[in-house]
Amino acid sequence: MSRDRASRRLPVIGTLLVGLMLSIMPLPDTIAPFRPDWLALLTIFWAMQLPRTWSVGSAWIVGLILDVSYGTLLGQHALALCVIAFITVRFHLLMRVFPLSQLSATVFAMLALYQFLLFWINGVSSVAAPPVTYWAPVVTGTLIWPFLYMFLTGVRYRARAGG
Amino acid sequence: MVASRGKDSNPARIPALGIRLLLLVLISIVLMYLDHRENHLDAARKAIGAAVYPIQLIVDAPVRLWAWLGESTTSRGDLQLEVGRLNAERLLTNARLQRLTALEAENARLRALLDARAKVRDEVRVAEIMAVDANPYEHNLIIDIGSRDGAYDGQAIVSADGVVGQVIRTGLMTSQAVLISDTDHALPVEINRNGLRTIAVGTGEIDRLDLPFLPNNADIRAGDLLVTSGLGGSFPAGYPVAVIDAVTRIPQEPFANVTAKPSAALDQVREVMLIWSAAPVIEEQEDE
Repeated sequence: MSRDRASRRLPVIGTLLVGLMLSIMPLPDTIAPFRPDWLALLTIFWAMQLPRTWSVGSAWIVGLILDVSYGTLLGQHALALCVIAFITVRFHLLMRVFPLSQLSATVFAMLALYQFLLFWINGVSSVAAPPVTYWAPVVTGTLIWPFLYMFLTGVRYRARAGG
Repeated sequence: MVASRGKDSNPARIPALGIRLLLLVLISIVLMYLDHRENHLDAARKAIGAAVYPIQLIVDAPVRLWAWLGESTTSRGDLQLEVGRLNAERLLTNARLQRLTALEAENARLRALLDARAKVRDEVRVAEIMAVDANPYEHNLIIDIGSRDGAYDGQAIVSADGVVGQVIRTGLMTSQAVLISDTDHALPVEINRNGLRTIAVGTGEIDRLDLPFLPNNADIRAGDLLVTSGLGGSFPAGYPVAVIDAVTRIPQEPFANVTAKPSAALDQVREVMLIWSAAPVIEEQEDE
């Protein structure tokens, strides 16, 4: 049982660590605004695949870590991430049978919601309004989603076969 | 909340999902409220920050490795050239420094005559900027000195060319700093030529500051050097901040449009200096 759990958790934690690194990796100023929200994408994927081990609570903790590393209001990313984790877990069966195109559209909507929640909290806490490129991660995230999806599915089945 | 009224016949239904979400959202809101109002959550932030530190180190490692490789593989000729250049530079700075000692002594004498508080030298320490990006819409950076080394919130950060920013959040091993170009940052400055005091506000562009509070008839022109005035309490006086770029005076408007270019290359510095100001620091010390 514990072995089974460990083999389920290991790929999740590994990909999340890599995702966190990608989220804080320095990028040139011109492309930095287009950085996809790696942790939001990973949250959607794992909540869809393992809704019982990976749900709102874990997403919330990841969000807190993201808040500290970004220096944003403590709880801001946590709230946004646990909301999209909730929606994904709620509809995970439906999302699993979606064709990839439809799934991408869903991911687009969820990333938009995620970004909107952050935007809204920024507004309430009177952070200056960001430029239009603020919404760019929604687009780049959606574009990168099919590749990430295939890659993560591969990771998942390899881990399962290995464990 | 939708989930709690969901179909119970659904075998894939995760129990109490809606309630858990509601709880977490409430906790988040409380956390954000506390974090926004006061710095009640410093300890929590520091604890999580210490957990994130290894990840920041790993992200920073390739850049460090690249710099190290570059250093250890430079040719002898290049090194000789650089040594020559550095020697010439040292000679020049030493010559200038000789004059500075004399000037400092004179300054102290004059201040004693005027009965003014003597300006004491500031304590500095070199910090390295970690190659870690924070929020792209805030001009932030992470430095490798934390509260363990005595850094404190509001501490001034300068580079060799001028003021860079100030510490806003001290972690245990690292601190987060805000650059003077951030839109939320305002810095009390004075014009070196005539002592006119004003405030330099960040614009969100890395190479531009705004001076929005100068009247149309203010004695200011392009090329003027701005230095810190020391009035805000966190920056010691006399450090160069920026050079006036352009002054546009529109007769109908009460204020002139003045922009300045920061003296320090804010996006290129790799090493900065933290200043422990010798002047009495006006700030609360309770959060130590």
